[in-house]
Amino acid sequence: MATPSRPVPVLFRPFRGGRVAKHILLIGFGLVMLYPLLWMISSSLKPEELIFREPGLWPSEVTLENYTEGWYALKHPFGYYLWNSAVVTAISVVANLVACSLAAYAFARLNFPLKKFWFAIMLGTIMLPHHVTIVPQYIMFSELDLINTIWPLVMPKILATDAFFIFLMVQFIRTLPRELDEAAEIDGAGYWRIYIRVVMPLCMPALATTAIFTFIWTWNDFLSQLLYLNNPDNFTVPVALRTFLDASSDSSWGPMFAMSIIALGPIFGFFLAGQKYLIRGVATTGLK
Amino acid sequence: MTEVSVAVKPERAVKQPARGGHRSTKRSRREARAAYLFLAPWFVGLLVITIGPIFASLYLSFTDYSLLEEAQWVGFDNYVKMFTEDERFMNSLWVTTVYVIVSVPLQLAFALALALVLDRGLRGLSFYRSVFYLPSLLGGSVAIAILWRKVFGADGLVNAVLAMFGIEGPGWVGHPDYALGTLILLHVWTFGAPMIIFLAGLRQIPSSYYEAASVDGAGKWRQFKSITIPLLTPIIFFNLVLELIKSFQSFTQAFIVSGGKGGPADSTLFYTLYLYLEGFKNYDMGYAAAMAWVLLIIIAGLTGVNFLASKYWVFYGDTK
Repeated sequence: MATPSRPVPVLFRPFRGGRVAKHILLIGFGLVMLYPLLWMISSSLKPEELIFREPGLWPSEVTLENYTEGWYALKHPFGYYLWNSAVVTAISVVANLVACSLAAYAFARLNFPLKKFWFAIMLGTIMLPHHVTIVPQYIMFSELDLINTIWPLVMPKILATDAFFIFLMVQFIRTLPRELDEAAEIDGAGYWRIYIRVVMPLCMPALATTAIFTFIWTWNDFLSQLLYLNNPDNFTVPVALRTFLDASSDSSWGPMFAMSIIALGPIFGFFLAGQKYLIRGVATTGLK
Repeated sequence: MTEVSVAVKPERAVKQPARGGHRSTKRSRREARAAYLFLAPWFVGLLVITIGPIFASLYLSFTDYSLLEEAQWVGFDNYVKMFTEDERFMNSLWVTTVYVIVSVPLQLAFALALALVLDRGLRGLSFYRSVFYLPSLLGGSVAIAILWRKVFGADGLVNAVLAMFGIEGPGWVGHPDYALGTLILLHVWTFGAPMIIFLAGLRQIPSSYYEAASVDGAGKWRQFKSITIPLLTPIIFFNLVLELIKSFQSFTQAFIVSGGKGGPADSTLFYTLYLYLEGFKNYDMGYAAAMAWVLLIIIAGLTGVNFLASKYWVFYGDTK
């Protein structure tokens, strides 16, 4: 005899055997989604002439030729561009962490005149399309003779213009108990000390989210790097990949795929390492 | 910084337990000074990187400026030209509008559907979540745009698959009728990020609602219509506003897939791509600045309309 089952609080209550069907469906759909990616990986390992003929994933012949050829196909070895990207990205990450957390601490914990006004301005800048400012910014950096340097790329980070992250950290700091600050203050700590010793260590999740997103955005960023880096000597990975596209005829897709895979590698690595923070960052703030 | 000097306004009393009025004033002054120091980088950035350029671009939008010569004041000429003479501009506006109107709802529909399937009581949730989210992370990169160009090329993956069924596909990215479609597909492909926001929203809905509805005999569909959707409207709204703003500014994908020109036949000439070409290829900086302002007005207008319309369909229940 069957006992009446309690109502299960799920949206679509699974019908019998439906669970398996659902998994099969989801895996199938996931495969379709990832297929282009997997195909690019497999293509990067195939000899040139097979790329166009084989839609299948398993290469019938594996070669690393695309990687060696792609690595040396541009003016500099590809590692050179990877290094340039790494420098820009590393500075951006550190700058965003420091500058945004400083501002966030002030907004979340300190009282000062016009605080609400400045906070509103800060929120307003989040929604501002980047394009409204790029023309004058370009002119400014060009007047300062900073085109073809990394300054136009990292200066905005040093000056905390990614207000998204300030907001994220303000929200986070507000959840921390104020008693901790007060206790430190009674022990004679100043604001700087409270920021460094009390608030920042507790902010690790927000800082991690900021670091990961800054990394990915900067690594992927194309428009600013296209604008400000015109000299192959300071090209970053996205701009270098793009010249690949211009310079090469349709016959050298293999090397281009190989370098694309290398370009995606670090993001993929960060994705694996920081999944928890990534997912939480997207879920709570809409950062993508 | 000028802000620092305005900062000190001694009249505001501190809410802390008073340790003597005199000292608390001194303390609040010290606190304000510290705050403005912590905010100093942001203030400089606001002035130099954001507010200053905003006004500069407003000014430039009324000029003819090529970086080489002095800016010439031309009044509303740039704006008039855009809407009356410049067919490429109107076309880029149209292309972008089509892109946004088709890809955003599609992307959100996929995001919502997958979020519902993944919501509760499914094993391997975090695995699926990661698989579907990964494209969102990579989608904006040059590498993926290159991949797209090849997947939808004349001898690309899609046509190779179609050939197995005996269908001869067109060169998708090279054909004016299909090129935009491939970019829309690329955008839809990155539905993982809004999906995660939907998942977070679904988690906020108390299970007890479903239990109660189920006791009252409401079926799955009824529960979905009367509980899930209404309670999710704020999240739908949030995703919609965010995606609209973002997709109006898309650049990389169109640039790479079209080889930097917006072709074929300007069918993928996104608004921002045209802005880039005018400003940084033709060095028509005044015109590009004017285009940027029109973009700002479009985005602000769109967001405003969205907020107004939200009164009629977004449900802010006492879900706290």
